[in-house]
Amino acid sequence: MRAADACGPRRVGMSADLVRRSETPGGFLRLLLGMLIALTVAAVLGLGATYLSVSGQPPFGTLQVGAWQAWPRSGTATIDPYAQAVLIRSGALPVGSGDGVAFVTRRTDDVEPLNARCETVVRGITPAARYWTLTVYDEAGRLMNPPELRQGFTSQEIVRNAAGEFEIVVSPRARAGNWLPVARAGRYMLVLRLYDTPIGITTPSGPGTPMPAVIQRGCPA
Amino acid sequence: MIRWLLWLLFGIALGGVVHLVTVLALPRFAEQSAYARLVPVSPVNAMVQLPAPAADSTLLPLMDPAFAESVCRYDLGEGPLKFVVPVTQAYTSLSFYTREGVAYYAINDRAAGRRIIELDLMTADQRAELPENDEMTAADRLIVESPGETGLVLVRALAPEPGFMPMVRETLAKARCEASPPAQDKNG
Repeated sequence: MRAADACGPRRVGMSADLVRRSETPGGFLRLLLGMLIALTVAAVLGLGATYLSVSGQPPFGTLQVGAWQAWPRSGTATIDPYAQAVLIRSGALPVGSGDGVAFVTRRTDDVEPLNARCETVVRGITPAARYWTLTVYDEAGRLMNPPELRQGFTSQEIVRNAAGEFEIVVSPRARAGNWLPVARAGRYMLVLRLYDTPIGITTPSGPGTPMPAVIQRGCPA
Repeated sequence: MIRWLLWLLFGIALGGVVHLVTVLALPRFAEQSAYARLVPVSPVNAMVQLPAPAADSTLLPLMDPAFAESVCRYDLGEGPLKFVVPVTQAYTSLSFYTREGVAYYAINDRAAGRRIIELDLMTADQRAELPENDEMTAADRLIVESPGETGLVLVRALAPEPGFMPMVRETLAKARCEASPPAQDKNG
């Protein structure tokens, strides 16, 4: 957008000289040129800003806990127009707020992108919820694994330690315990969905919300 | 020079308007919306079970594979709809979306508090036309107001372990959305 701003005046200056040299049709030409410039700037800025703001994640109302991000308002009728545009472009249906809330991450706590080559650990506890599921998707939101492999865990399938904490290992190679395979190469994302939970609706939720840590534990070269 | 700067400022302001208008208008024209994606697989005002999401499926992105899901693509133009959804063992929910993908209402089995979730979906106008002292409506039925005439209702049931999935799908297959037994009949 800045680039568009910067080339505006230069073009204007050149055109202004041109117009001044041609004496007779001056006013009309200048008006036409001015309008042309204004419309071009409007189109480039307006459409550019729209494209930038609706590609990727919803820009507003993000609830960030560690590496996890959620948009609780996206599951309500008071969703903002940007989030709505992002969702409708992706074709996904948001989790309704009476149903639950979805936390997404594409990175570890150390801001490393999640890479299917590496071994990544999701460890800790989740906020209170009747059920939760953790699922691995590719960057386009498709399931990562073929049907014969596990796509994710539900809270009922998880093995926990004595303290009630769990550890899920996301890795291309089989691991003991809660192993979540990643069968394809490349970046991926994890979605933790909490069902029947007060998070995002009745309780004020913020950095104090207990969410599992996402840690990269090894990455073969 | 001032003149050109003014044109530029005008362009920037107009750009802001273009931006707002396009963001607001986008949901109406999005061809890849969930609603548009579901049109080929879901008849109007009938409950159909969605295929299990798979790595190569492009029906809807970001579906939860632990759930069996059914969808009712509704059109209230002919009158209100009645939903009857049996509750599965673990967790069942109904989510209501406008055609533009706004999740305007959702309810789960615990909030419904019964073995079968029953509710009526209607527009604000249709609700206003309901006879006032219809005891059935007042006491027993949950009424959901749809902001528009068309939209989606997603019924989701959790299989807490993959082994439960066939049973959950079987129960979910009994979910119905159909024309309400018209309240107008009682009226006259």
